[in-house]
Amino acid sequence: MDDILIKILGAIATVILAFTVGMTYGGLSRKVIARIQNRIGPPWYQNFIDNAKLLFKVSNINHGFMQHVAPLWMIGMSISTLMFIPVLIPGGDSWYNSWFPNLNFHGDLIFLLYLMVIGSLGMALGAGQTGNPNSAIGVSRGLTQMVGFEIPWVMALVALMIQYKTTSITGLMAVSEQQGTWLVFSSPFATLAALLAMPGMFRYSPFDIVGAPAELASGPISEFGGKYLSTMMTSGSIFAFVKLTLYVDIFFGGAHNLVELVVKTFILYMYPVLWGVVSPRFRTEQAVRFFWGWPVLFGIIALI
Amino acid sequence: MININDKHSQIIVDIIKEYARKQSLFILAYGTGCGSIEIPPTMTSKYDAERYGIRGAATPRQADVLLITGYLATKTLKRVIRAYEQMQSPKYVIGFGSCTINGGMYWDSYNTINVLDKYLPVDVYINGCMPRPEAVLAGFDKLKELIQAGKAEGWKHYQENLDWYRENQKKVIVNWQMPDYNW
Repeated sequence: MDDILIKILGAIATVILAFTVGMTYGGLSRKVIARIQNRIGPPWYQNFIDNAKLLFKVSNINHGFMQHVAPLWMIGMSISTLMFIPVLIPGGDSWYNSWFPNLNFHGDLIFLLYLMVIGSLGMALGAGQTGNPNSAIGVSRGLTQMVGFEIPWVMALVALMIQYKTTSITGLMAVSEQQGTWLVFSSPFATLAALLAMPGMFRYSPFDIVGAPAELASGPISEFGGKYLSTMMTSGSIFAFVKLTLYVDIFFGGAHNLVELVVKTFILYMYPVLWGVVSPRFRTEQAVRFFWGWPVLFGIIALI
Repeated sequence: MININDKHSQIIVDIIKEYARKQSLFILAYGTGCGSIEIPPTMTSKYDAERYGIRGAATPRQADVLLITGYLATKTLKRVIRAYEQMQSPKYVIGFGSCTINGGMYWDSYNTINVLDKYLPVDVYINGCMPRPEAVLAGFDKLKELIQAGKAEGWKHYQENLDWYRENQKKVIVNWQMPDYNW
């Protein structure tokens, strides 16, 4: 009984951690972008305020069942993905370490690859229901771009699976623990392919054609306001944390405690943000050509 | 047990609510008149409105504040009304420049409206032709004060007096073909 209670409380703690860290990173990235543009920028907690304001909206327009379900679908996907990601290295000695191994040993990378796509599909269905032409264009561009970055990303992961003969994330972390080096050094080409695919996942410039505010009126989310938008924002923050933690777990040796995790994920997060802030926007076919160029080449080298 | 309908816990919720509404204003990026040229300097490096939580939103569904930037042709008025009615409450309108107050230099034009308040509930007017970015930021400060005091309730007024507003709107818009909204 106590065991189950600790697991449930641990899951709640993990979600709260992911939400807080994800939202704070969003706010900090806005601050960093503002400083680069020689502005002062909003405070780091601005995203929390925005989210609260969206929750306090008193009216909401509903276009149909699927539009109602889509944000819930997305947040469900984010949280379930979070449950399968090892936040910290299992077996550490910190007092909070027993909170975070939620379902780490039950899912592997192949399962995770499927799970991470579901959110985009939910978004596509929900945006289709709203009937806004901008949403439809945004969804088609988003799915095309996903085809672009998924290929080098999957190639990198398959290369790791073949090289280390394991499909489990904890197995890969154990490998890097045994070797004494991070997988960045022992399989550099797979890392390179995965890292080049990463900005596409985060949808910062130059890969932000999906939700471009000036061209598409923010694309798929253009008809979502108020509480729908707030749910999507929450889901996006949690998912950002999930992706960063996954990268840190696989390639950068995981983290022994929360401070190490925050430092590593923040440095990793700054890479798409800083790349984005100095880049113009790619068209969809340019983005796909980018992903199928060098990243796929590195992926092939890694596979060989 | 915490009772959420308790008077004291309601006060805490109200404080958070007013603070959040005040500190996070998404403006609809829809330039209706010549005054919208003052918005880029307000948002970018020189005056940086984002540090006050003011940020552009792409669509009416996500926006809180509708800026009527300058003169409003009757043709544009129709679109503005539609955009305003698509926004989610609570929503605020800022009348920008003297054209929205009394018609300004276009007071005797055949195709612009003179007093914006007859067609949409304006919460804050910013005077000037054009108002400088400082004036725009001062106007936003005034709006924040009103939200804090709970006085920026033009959207409620609009819903309660919809018939009066509709009558006025139909007087100037000749071909009225608009869908009905149920908020």
